Amino acid sequence: MKIKLVVWRQKDRKSAGAFQEYELDGVLPEMSFLEMLDVMNEKLIGQGKDAIEFDSDCREGICGSCGCLINGQAHGPELGTTTCQLYMRAFADGDTIVIEPWRAKAFEVVRDLVVDRAAFDRIQQAGGYTGAKTGPHPDGNANLVPKQHADLAMDNAACIGCGACVAACPNASASLFTAAKITQLSLLPQGGPLREARVVRMVKQMDLEGFGNCSNIGECRSACPAEISIESIATMKREYMRALIVTEKREAKAEGAG
Amino acid sequence: MVTSCCLTRSVRTSQALNCYRSIRKLLSLERRRRHPSSDQLMQVGSRSSKTVLEYYRELGLVMWDKVGMARNEKGLKEAISKIDGLSDLWSNVRITGEAKAHNKTLELAGRVADLLELGQLMARDALERAESCGGHFREESATLPRAKRCETTSNGHAAVWEWQGQGQTQKLHKEKLDFEVVHLAQRSYK
Repeated sequence: MKIKLVVWRQKDRKSAGAFQEYELDGVLPEMSFLEMLDVMNEKLIGQGKDAIEFDSDCREGICGSCGCLINGQAHGPELGTTTCQLYMRAFADGDTIVIEPWRAKAFEVVRDLVVDRAAFDRIQQAGGYTGAKTGPHPDGNANLVPKQHADLAMDNAACIGCGACVAACPNASASLFTAAKITQLSLLPQGGPLREARVVRMVKQMDLEGFGNCSNIGECRSACPAEISIESIATMKREYMRALIVTEKREAKAEGAG
Repeated sequence: MVTSCCLTRSVRTSQALNCYRSIRKLLSLERRRRHPSSDQLMQVGSRSSKTVLEYYRELGLVMWDKVGMARNEKGLKEAISKIDGLSDLWSNVRITGEAKAHNKTLELAGRVADLLELGQLMARDALERAESCGGHFREESATLPRAKRCETTSNGHAAVWEWQGQGQTQKLHKEKLDFEVVHLAQRSYK
């Protein structure tokens, strides 16, 4: 296959970037998208030019490292997959592929297709955890969790933090990512003690990072490799309301008692 | 109630940050001591065109073919000399981009250099142990050439290689194992 690539090249955070065009011949349909980029890079290095920088690690769809906009779609045209799970058979001989990094104010472009996703780390650090000390593990049935809750929590825990939701969203909102973690932990007994504090702090951090707001578009769900439901966003909003009311009630009660 | 993961502006945070900073400093010092600087590595291959991936694949092929599931003396000696040849990576590899910028090719070159050292040592270790033991299978000690293979173990020892410094051959230490209660036996895969 012969492919034309239109790739975003950017030297560093401060430089303006621009699209660069390349031609690549001898692309096999069995090649993965990232393998095709590796082949492109081998060619560029052979010509003494800078390789196209992009993130990848596991190359099997679970680590959340890889990710770029492929013809405007986060992770490419296939549903429920990451960039590393996309194969060249999804394209035809003579196709043009436009490749860009995740576009969001909160995700600064480091170089070429690599973006800084530390904003996601900071949202997690704000509350995406349980406040339990470590120690010997308890008996498996000591914490009773209904199967429906366990299943839904697992569906949400499947989030790999890739950032496709932000990239796909016209508002560049991180709602799906934040909501997945909040939903997961709100369903489980271990998430109980910090349930109110978690949602308030995580939402606050999400806003501070400069992500946009959710206006119920749903592009995030389409792009998500783990197929997280947008119902989680509704859960996050409900949890937020609940947190405000519960906290207010608690404070009133404490004042009354004291 | 103090939670172990409360990352507010607390003493805990600055302690963790200082710890992290000193580890990073140690690692970067270690890197500078052990390897030529990234800048040097960037300069070397400007006239060659052998890429990091080409070195990586060649090493992988040698390890798979000669230091794989069944090993023999001839193959292991060939592996050692082939990997010696690949160590010209330090003077011949082609890396583009900048040393101080985000450069995955440079990062991979460092990893492949480490893997060359490791692969070399694994081949030497396999050659030293002239018996089959656990996952290490030497064809010379197979008793049934065509049917299911058997393992033989002679005296039994544990081995470890000691770092002697950059560019120095590692030193082998052997510790003889005396089996007092459960004795060594030949394993059959029939």
